[in-house]
Amino acid sequence: MRHPVSVLVENKSGVLARISALFAARGFNIASLCVSETEDAAISRMTIVVKGNEAILEQVTKQLNKLVDVIKVNDFKDIGYIEKELALIKINTVNKISRDEIIRLTGVFRAKIIDVSPDSVIVEISGDENKLNAFMKAVLPYGLKETCKTGVSVLCRGNSGKVK
Amino acid sequence: MEKKTGAQILVESLLKENVEVVFGLPGGQALPIFDAMHGSKLNFILTRHEQAASHMADGYARSTGKPGVCIVTSGPGATNIVTGLATAYMDSVPMIAISGQVATSVIGQDAFQEADTIGITRPITKHNFLVKDVKDLAKTIKEAFYIATTGRPGPVLVDVPFDVQRSVCEFAYPEKVEIRSYKPNYNGHIGQIKKAAEVINKSERPVLYVGTGVVVSNAEDEILELSKKANIPVTNTLLAIGAYPCNTNLSLGMLGMHGTYCANKAVQSADVVIAVGARFDDRCTGKVCDFARKAKIIHVDIDPAAISKIVDVDIPVVGDAKTILKEMVCLVDRKERKNWIKTVDAWKEEHPLSYERNDDNLHPQYVIEKISELTKGEAIITTEVGQHQMWSAQYYKAKRSRLFLSSGGLGTMGFGYPAAIGAKFGNPNKEVIAVAGDGSFQMNMQEMAVAVLNSVDVKVVILNNQYLGNVRQWQEMFYGKRYSHSCLAKRKECPKWCNTPNRDACPVYVPDFVKWAESYGVLGIRVTEKKDVEPALKKMFETKGSAVIDMWVEIEENIFPMVPAGASLDDMITRMNG
Ligand SMILES: Cc1ncc(C[n+]2csc(CCOP(=O)(O)OP(=O)(O)O)c2C)c(N)n1
Ligand SMILES: [Mg+2]
Repeated sequence: MRHPVSVLVENKSGVLARISALFAARGFNIASLCVSETEDAAISRMTIVVKGNEAILEQVTKQLNKLVDVIKVNDFKDIGYIEKELALIKINTVNKISRDEIIRLTGVFRAKIIDVSPDSVIVEISGDENKLNAFMKAVLPYGLKETCKTGVSVLCRGNSGKVK
Repeated sequence: MEKKTGAQILVESLLKENVEVVFGLPGGQALPIFDAMHGSKLNFILTRHEQAASHMADGYARSTGKPGVCIVTSGPGATNIVTGLATAYMDSVPMIAISGQVATSVIGQDAFQEADTIGITRPITKHNFLVKDVKDLAKTIKEAFYIATTGRPGPVLVDVPFDVQRSVCEFAYPEKVEIRSYKPNYNGHIGQIKKAAEVINKSERPVLYVGTGVVVSNAEDEILELSKKANIPVTNTLLAIGAYPCNTNLSLGMLGMHGTYCANKAVQSADVVIAVGARFDDRCTGKVCDFARKAKIIHVDIDPAAISKIVDVDIPVVGDAKTILKEMVCLVDRKERKNWIKTVDAWKEEHPLSYERNDDNLHPQYVIEKISELTKGEAIITTEVGQHQMWSAQYYKAKRSRLFLSSGGLGTMGFGYPAAIGAKFGNPNKEVIAVAGDGSFQMNMQEMAVAVLNSVDVKVVILNNQYLGNVRQWQEMFYGKRYSHSCLAKRKECPKWCNTPNRDACPVYVPDFVKWAESYGVLGIRVTEKKDVEPALKKMFETKGSAVIDMWVEIEENIFPMVPAGASLDDMITRMNG
């Protein structure tokens, strides 16, 4: 099972280390981690995708809450949320047929070609995990050269995630 | 406003926090702090090892309930307190550690005596701070004390770089703290409290399982009231010894690996277990899936993360134990539970704590019983870690909480003696006795200099079994009596592998603890016979100043009852071969 967890933290040095150390020390698994400043420069948002069952998720949120620098933890239980991830994917285009096919697939997935080199292209695609996986699978036969994913970003719909 | 250096601000801030005593040891990167202490009112105690400084702060805190403070230098000074921080963290002890650090301009350059103290201590402190600007120092100290002493207490480290100690700024100690990301919750949810009370009212075989949280929140009276009103037997953890009066009929004694037969039986047969400020440590629960199988679990704890971490909890109540119990007592019915009490009493009689009382051998348990008798359970006892610790836990009948101080969670050998010194600083009018194993004592016995030089009157009773006894017991029981590297008397000349210890045939024990004590100008007594135990103890108590008794106890005595590691509490071994 994978669960997104959104963690609002004080934007101070060492906070990321605190959080990653907590996951390592307690044996929790991270599928992805994404950190950025929020609209308030004093607060950062970490979006962590946790692997594990309900009990593990519960411990993760409680242990995170225990850290002094953690302001709020949201595990999106019973609330609607939007999940997106951006991937840059470099794909082999050794012959014209494969290049045409990749251009076609890019259209189907509403992705973008953002760089073209003699023997490869870079595609930018965003979406949830399923969409990204499906695209990867589709272009796999042409040869994936390199990929880079940003990690999942999540925001809840409406007002349920605000810091008071 | 007055301008002060960082070092002065630090010292002033500690005085503002009403710190009575600070333990530690200086070094290059902390010199401005030590300079600022010179001539100040701060009572600083120079230890011989920083580890001991941290345990002294810990012992002071455990015995008084006030935060303990230690100050060390950067690098090796800071790494030396790692064990002390981890010990305090595991047992939820409020402590402030201040470490010097290399100047901010050279942090990260592997400067002389630089260590990443924040990185090293992050997982073993409740929180830690690196102060990069002198303007933040006073506020940080205030926050450190606040964090250490509120919610579930714990150690907080403040790392202060050299240049910050020397920089100057205006000093005003903050009156209030406000940390938006740290707000411990003290009031329990009333709905949960009601649910818990209902479950208790319906129960026939309830057991209270009482841990450190009860001591931290001073909820001893409430536990007593609850147990008496509803006739609920009470078992305690190692750290909560004394939190429940051990002479009452509802007292079961300690639970777990070396707990009493009746406590373990009661928990395993209970239909409700009410855990209060306890964290289901594996030394208490035994095999987790078998723990209190028939029981609904109610868990009262201030730490939400302690709930359902190990054992699934049916009714969690998060908050302060005292506050919650006060409400719970009102909601709980008066009930006799005659059958249950009768059953429990029968278990007590079936297997009381016992050892061979009828021979003339010097059994370690006898020594503890005598200490308990002579002090009426009113002295502060600290222990090291090992068999002597468990015998002390079993046979010392502490009258109140905060009288039995022991490293529970981390199990730190070397804790007991410095902790006793720290406790004495906080309780100058109480008798303080360090019950030591001969192995553990050697880890921090250098601190006798501190006791002697400061006229801190701490008595040491060494239960000398010439072994790392606890290790030996496990080797005897679970490793085919192969005594691999657990004998403290073993010399080069000994047979390579020996499992037939015998005081008369074995090499002379070193050190000679009596001569060693004498070298500090302290009374040292050796006791090798049972009949001399009581007179020696009496002499020790009559002596002003420190004193050491080297008790040559039975070397192959074992602790019972015992639940082997990983076994269920049902599988207690009550005695050897039986
Ligand atoms: C610092 C540390 N190292 C190792 C251990 C493992 N250990 C637990 S009990 C024990 C033996 C302690 O021997 P002693 O102090 O003589 O006590 P005894 O068991 O003989 O009463 C050891 C080595 C420990 N708890 N702490
Ligand atoms: Mg020993």
